[in-house]
Amino acid sequence: MSTDLSAGSAPARVAFYNDPRIRSIGYQIALCAVIVVLVYGAVTNAIEHLQRAHIASGFGFWNNNAGFDIGQTLIEYSSQSSTYGRAFWVGLLNTLLVAGIGIVFATVLGFVIGISRLSKNWLLSKTAGGYVETIRNIPLLLQLLFWYNAVLKALPDMRDSIAVPGGAFLNNRGLFLPLPIFKTGFGAVEIALVVGVIGFIVFAIWARKRQEQTGRQAPVVSVSLALVIALPLAVLALERFPLGFEFPQAGRFNITGGIEVLPEFAALLFGLSIYTAAFIAEVVRAGILAVSSGQVEAAYSLGLRPRPTLRLIVVPQAMRVIIPPLTSQYLNLTKNSTLAVAIGYPDLVQVFTGTVLNQTGQAVEVVAITMLVYLTISLVTSLLMNIYNSRIALVER
Amino acid sequence: MTMAEGDLAVAQIAFVRRAGIAPQPPPVAMAGAIGWLRQNLFSTPFNIALTVIIALLLAWVIPGIVNFLLIDAVWTGADRDACRDVVQHREVGACWPFVWDRLNYFIYGSYPIPQRWRVDIFFAMLAIGVVWLLWLNAPRRDLGSVYFFIVLPVSAFILLHGWAAAGLLPVDTNLWGGVLVTIVVASVGIVFSLPVGILLALGRRSHMPAVRLFSTLFIEFVRGVPLITVLFMASVMLPLFVPEQLEPDKLLRALVGIALFASAYMAEVVRAGLQAIPKGQFEGAMAVGLSYSQRMRLVILPQALKVTIPNIVNTTIGLFKDTTLVFIVGIFDLLNTIEVSRIDPKWAAPVTSATGYAVAAIFYLTFCYAMSRYARAIEARLAKSDQR
Repeated sequence: MSTDLSAGSAPARVAFYNDPRIRSIGYQIALCAVIVVLVYGAVTNAIEHLQRAHIASGFGFWNNNAGFDIGQTLIEYSSQSSTYGRAFWVGLLNTLLVAGIGIVFATVLGFVIGISRLSKNWLLSKTAGGYVETIRNIPLLLQLLFWYNAVLKALPDMRDSIAVPGGAFLNNRGLFLPLPIFKTGFGAVEIALVVGVIGFIVFAIWARKRQEQTGRQAPVVSVSLALVIALPLAVLALERFPLGFEFPQAGRFNITGGIEVLPEFAALLFGLSIYTAAFIAEVVRAGILAVSSGQVEAAYSLGLRPRPTLRLIVVPQAMRVIIPPLTSQYLNLTKNSTLAVAIGYPDLVQVFTGTVLNQTGQAVEVVAITMLVYLTISLVTSLLMNIYNSRIALVER
Repeated sequence: MTMAEGDLAVAQIAFVRRAGIAPQPPPVAMAGAIGWLRQNLFSTPFNIALTVIIALLLAWVIPGIVNFLLIDAVWTGADRDACRDVVQHREVGACWPFVWDRLNYFIYGSYPIPQRWRVDIFFAMLAIGVVWLLWLNAPRRDLGSVYFFIVLPVSAFILLHGWAAAGLLPVDTNLWGGVLVTIVVASVGIVFSLPVGILLALGRRSHMPAVRLFSTLFIEFVRGVPLITVLFMASVMLPLFVPEQLEPDKLLRALVGIALFASAYMAEVVRAGLQAIPKGQFEGAMAVGLSYSQRMRLVILPQALKVTIPNIVNTTIGLFKDTTLVFIVGIFDLLNTIEVSRIDPKWAAPVTSATGYAVAAIFYLTFCYAMSRYARAIEARLAKSDQR
């Protein structure tokens, strides 16, 4: 074998099947071929099966009459006249409703527990730790079934409803809350609220700019409270309280009036919030611990007091670590809301992938649409997340 | 002070102590149990308030749980009357005779009683495999992984499903249930998802565009949709996609769904491990002339998998909890057997549901907590090896 490595020597000839470039092309062609064969086989089989079972294909069913009832509808829906398409929107809105409220609850609870775990109070931090360890290690489905079957369904029935202070009733058919009624003149309050929010944003931007230029701070918190809360309240008082409540009335067999919160909704909301809060607590704890103690010490040595240190030094740095996993917890909560199907809350999966699929038999289309909805939510969220991340990412030298 | 003044001061002192005084104990309020309480529970008014609130909360929750599970619990009885407060005329807690009566159903489902020894052998084999794989100082761990990923699945299938030639009666998967199904689903998920996840992770980092594209598409797609829709897809669409004679049974469809779902999550965990390996390791392996598969097998994956063990275990905990979702596509896992038993007229009582759920909660809590302790121990061990 030649050991001549002088610059001019030609590279040793390699058999073409050992050339990495040709090999990689070969592998890729093989992979594509396997996938094409699999997809082709699946599609031909599916067409054959569907034809034999006389199941229609395509999205024609979308405009057909649904003919089933849904327990909770945020938009107008009736079993006689509404279509499957309408049922889809009802289900999607129910999913978004429970996910939206659940996210708010889970965030508040999760931040409280996450911060509690870092508390110097031994009892508090141990209790928070016990909560996280217990809740995280029990399947969500089990928790939902527990809340629904063992807690809410075990409440007294209609006749022995528990009267909650404030005019609400609680029984095994749900929670009945007073319904606020907006009389004429309430529009002014809404306008005041909008004006207050806009004023607050403008003031906050101005205060920030002035602080950057002159170093003088403005009382942002008190001004924002005045604008967003006191202003609408003042207008409410000026208009002589154009706001009433329709209280639920307990009849012998039924409760009429008010807003009805389905027990399924309540169970799902409890379960999702409590479960996700345990994960959010861990995210928050990790985020706060990620801010090195040197940052706090440096802030103290500059003469900042504990509260500004927390607000200006710790929280902004912790948020940078917290926000990305927090978003993925929000996505998990939204995806976990599909467990509604186990306790019968009419979310997208229960209404669409459950009832509509059973009635039409068009499994491929229905499952594909459902997956597309969740995929869209996930992708849009991660897109927004990436934009946010690139904005707050640490700018290094 | 001048010198003279100092001398004067010394001269006027009548007594100079030469022996040291024994150190005094710290004030009672600052040390020992009281000091600890003051420091950790009652340091500020706010802290005192917190302590009182939490203590009240615990005093409300913990006795309630203990009363339900132990003190008010019913320990013996033949049917539902033993557990009904209207019959017993007292506060009734957990209904344990219901659990004793149904325990075999919770563990084996409807698996034929004379054949249940096969399930016991499967549990024992699985336990050996798990210990072999998780105990990092065990002998011949390479054989252990061959056992866990090849020998165990094959022999478990023969054992549980039956093989007429070996004298084992076939047992239809419709009869499987309870803990057996939960464990089967979870272990199939692990055994399948780890190798496939590694392949997908390597695929996503590959230089071949087609391989990278398909791996990324699969991972992002599966991670973007809820597990239930994957299970629905597996249970209603899979039968459409395969020829009639190959139509999978219900359990197999759910297993396919779980396995696909778990592999996508495992792939992301492994990818994070691969990213943690410095570039020099890849280049060094290349420089000594190793081929791609040798580089991965001998240099990269052993390091990458080692640092990801805690995350792999955490993913496994998630997978173990997610197995409960097969309940929704009609598989009789532990949760479903409890769901069926609690409305059985023989035992239906107000406390039966809560008792059943408590059993399931204790089961999942024990396993998941043990796994998370293991993950934490490994993490501590890895951190120690990184210390200089």
